Order: sequence, then C-alpha cells, then structure tokens
Amino acid sequence: MTHPHAHPASPAAGVQGTTLARVAPSDLHRRLAADLDEAARAWLDRALDEAATHPGTHGPVSVWELRLAEAGRRCGPEHADAVRVLILHAARADADALTRVYAQGTAAERRAVLYALPHLVSGPEVLPLVEDALRTNDTRLLAAAVGPYAARHLPAHAWRHAVLKCLFTGVPVAEVADLDRRAHGDTELARMLGDYADERTAAGRTVPDDLHRVLTLTGPTPTPPADPGTRGFDGKES
Amino acid sequence: MRLFDPHIHMTSRTTDDYEAMRAAGVLAVVEPSFWLGQPRTSPASFLDYFDSLLGWEPFRAAQYGIAHHCTLALNPKEANDPRCAPVLDELPRYLVKDHVVAVGEIGYDSMTPAEDTALAAQLQLAADHALPALVHTPHRDKLAGLRRTLDVVGESALPPERVLVDHLNETTVKEAKDSGCWLGFSVYPDTKMDEERMVAILQEYGPEKVLVNSAADWGRSDPLKTRTVADAMLAHGFTDDDVDRVLWRNPVDFYGLSGRLVLDPADTQATHEGNSVLRGGE
Repeated sequence: MTHPHAHPASPAAGVQGTTLARVAPSDLHRRLAADLDEAARAWLDRALDEAATHPGTHGPVSVWELRLAEAGRRCGPEHADAVRVLILHAARADADALTRVYAQGTAAERRAVLYALPHLVSGPEVLPLVEDALRTNDTRLLAAAVGPYAARHLPAHAWRHAVLKCLFTGVPVAEVADLDRRAHGDTELARMLGDYADERTAAGRTVPDDLHRVLTLTGPTPTPPADPGTRGFDGKES
Repeated sequence: MRLFDPHIHMTSRTTDDYEAMRAAGVLAVVEPSFWLGQPRTSPASFLDYFDSLLGWEPFRAAQYGIAHHCTLALNPKEANDPRCAPVLDELPRYLVKDHVVAVGEIGYDSMTPAEDTALAAQLQLAADHALPALVHTPHRDKLAGLRRTLDVVGESALPPERVLVDHLNETTVKEAKDSGCWLGFSVYPDTKMDEERMVAILQEYGPEKVLVNSAADWGRSDPLKTRTVADAMLAHGFTDDDVDRVLWRNPVDFYGLSGRLVLDPADTQATHEGNSVLRGGE
C-alpha cells in the first residue's frame, strides 16, 4: 500500500499535535480560550463545568462523552483535539474511562485520548491504547501514540518498532517524545536502523533524512541533558 | 468540474479507484453503511464496520484529496436477522459522531415485519439526532416498496424534506417527487439506471432535489458513474450550472442538513495547513 504522510501542525491552526500532550492543561485552556469566539468559549466553559461536576458514567452515554463527540462542531475542527483533551482532564477520566472512550471513539477522538494520557495516568496501565494505535497505519494515530506517555512507559522493543514505523509511514521523528534520551546508546535500535537503510539502498530507494538523525542519536557520545519537557510540560510547539 | 458521489461503498474499492475518482473530479463522497455481501452474525461486527467508516476509510480517502462522510444504520436486509438487530441499541452513541451526515441506508428489502420495525425506529433516531435519513428502496416489488416506504416516512417524526429516497427509476420517480422527498438515482453498468435514462429523467422532471450516485460496491459497478452522467448531461444540452447543481450542490444541500458536512479532506488528515473549511447547513 501507499504510505500516507503526516504533516507538521500549523501553529496558526490552533494548539495541535504533540504540544497537546506536553502543555499543562491550565496553559492549554488559557491558550485555547484566547483563540475561540464568544459562543464557542461559552460552550467550552459549560462543557468543562459539566465534566467536572458529573464525571464518571451515568445513563447510556455520559454527558461529558457526548460533549467529546461534538467538540469539533462546537469549537471548530482545528480546536477539537485541544477541547477534547480539556474535557477528558476536567472529567478526571481514569484508565477505564479512557479505554472506553478510545474504543468507542472516531479516529479523531482516539487521537485526543492519546494526547491526554500523560495528563491523566501516571502508571503503565493504559499502554494497551498506545499499542493499539501503533498497530494502525493511520499517521494521525501513530503521531499521537509516540508522545510523552509512550516515552515513559513503552518497553524497549515496542518503542524501537514505533520509531521504525514512524520512518516507514512518514511520521516526522520530531513527534517522538524524549527521542534523544531513549535513543542514546541504543545499539539495538542502531542495528535496526542500519538494516533498514541497507534494505532501502538495495531496493534503489532513498533513505529518509530522519533515519540518519535518529542513528546519530544512538551513538555513545553524551547528548545534552534532557530538558524539563521530557517530563511533559515544556510548552514547545510541535 | 466538481463532483460529489452521495452514495458509494469505498470500503469495497481499491486505491486505484480513489485515484481515478479524484482525477475525474470527485472531491467528496458519502459512504452509507450497508450489507457487506457476507452476512454478519453479531452486533460487534457492525461496530467494527462503523468504526472503520469513522476512522480508516476517511483517512484513506484524504490521501487522494477526497472528503469522506458516512451514514450509519442497521441495513434492511440484516434487520431480518435477530442476531444483528441489537445493533439498534448501539446506534445512538454513534449518531453523535462527527462525519455522520445521515441515518442510512434504511428502508425495505423483502418488506417484512422486522424491516417495518427497524425502519420506523431508525427514522425516529434520525429525528432525535437532528440528522436526515437515506432510505433505500427495494430492488424487488419496487413500486409497492416505494409506496410502503413513503407511508412509513409520512407517519414518522421526520419531514419528507429531510429524507432522500434512493435507487429510484422511471416507475417510482413521480410518486417520490410528489412526496417532497429528495430523489436519489444509482447508475450502474447493467442494472438500476444508466446514463441515457438518467438524462431522460432529468429532462422530464428537472434537476430539483435530484442526486445521482454510483452506489459502487463489491458487485459489478463503476465508481466513475457520476462523471459519465455529468458528461451525458452536457452532451444533451444541460449547462455547467445544471451539472454542478445535480452533482455537487444538491448533495451538499441534502447532507448539509446534518450540520456536519466538512468539505475539506485535510480535516481528516493530521493538519489543516490553512485550507478553508466549508460547512453545510449551519
């Protein structure tokens, strides 16, 4: 099949991409509120109040889960991810709730759940969601899966395959959180990258620039210490 | 020329089809949920299918510059299998999703009591979720099926101007038009309608509320039929504006009734990159 390409998010189009996983929800809320028009901001405030007041499950579908579904229609599709992350945070969604929302979600809702993971779960219990996203070939989900939560919890073998899959599918490795630290001194990752480069060359294909970038990071040369963003909240644009 | 195929089962089509459709001018499609050829045996298999219509398929379409929306429902044929009917209970949580622009395909296949129940229940679901409905008309005993369909629509909470009756032909178009519903025609290589008959119907009944689709699926069908109908219209003296009306503005107006039509394929990709977002019906 063809390998669709992901494109870096445009800052003009609202807070998007891995920034959603790296910016503290309070900062995200402030930045989002500044971007929304009055009607959308009022809708968001009400949705966050409802989620905070009535979290958990109630009725056939909880109100905050309905708000997740309609977030893009109410606040504009370019803000849907940010709004969904904030609603999940306001509802204090736990592993069970996140798993349910992911399983019942559209691709866009699943992406928002992945961005919300580092804000809501400290342990490895929702790794199955990351692993599910990494099994897809949907670059929107792949890019969201390799965020700070995966950096903290994904075991080495699965993490190496995630990096390789980014190279395969055209997801920029800039999306991979904490790449410098995890790649550093990883000789197995270096071997896999070298083999992949050989395979591309043997087939007469170009080797992606990102491959060389990651290969360099695997070297034994000390890399600069990881900045505070590797724990989540550096506020950098993706 | 911009074309909108308002009824096509892309799940059954290849990437070659997507490329050819885009090259022919197809910029938007609606994929109704329907029978997959092999009968399903449990609600779970419907849910995976719905998830695919809300996840993978729009992503695939976006790679070729085509905006993809869907309609969700328990189809008439499988409404007769009691193992599948519980999917009706799962539909409400799907009908609130982005990119769901109607309830459909609903309607009659063999005109059984189970089909009566599913049709009435799903027309009510459409009304409850502020969605229009895409109603399939049966292939066998078609005129009687259309009349029974229009009766059930008339008794429902959904006004006819929010209903599209599909797979019409020479024998059913007049009564369908008189009902006030939108009029759908499927153009096939062998069965249903062909290009010349479609043009004749447009000449007799006019382009108002008429939608033309390929209904291409896993059977013998052609995903470029919207283009061949457009070409046939022009060859018979219809204007570019008539073609745009039937093959773009009418489907945009009908599915725009949902308030959820976003005619920008980039919306389903990772980013927007400044593309304009067109919304229908808000």
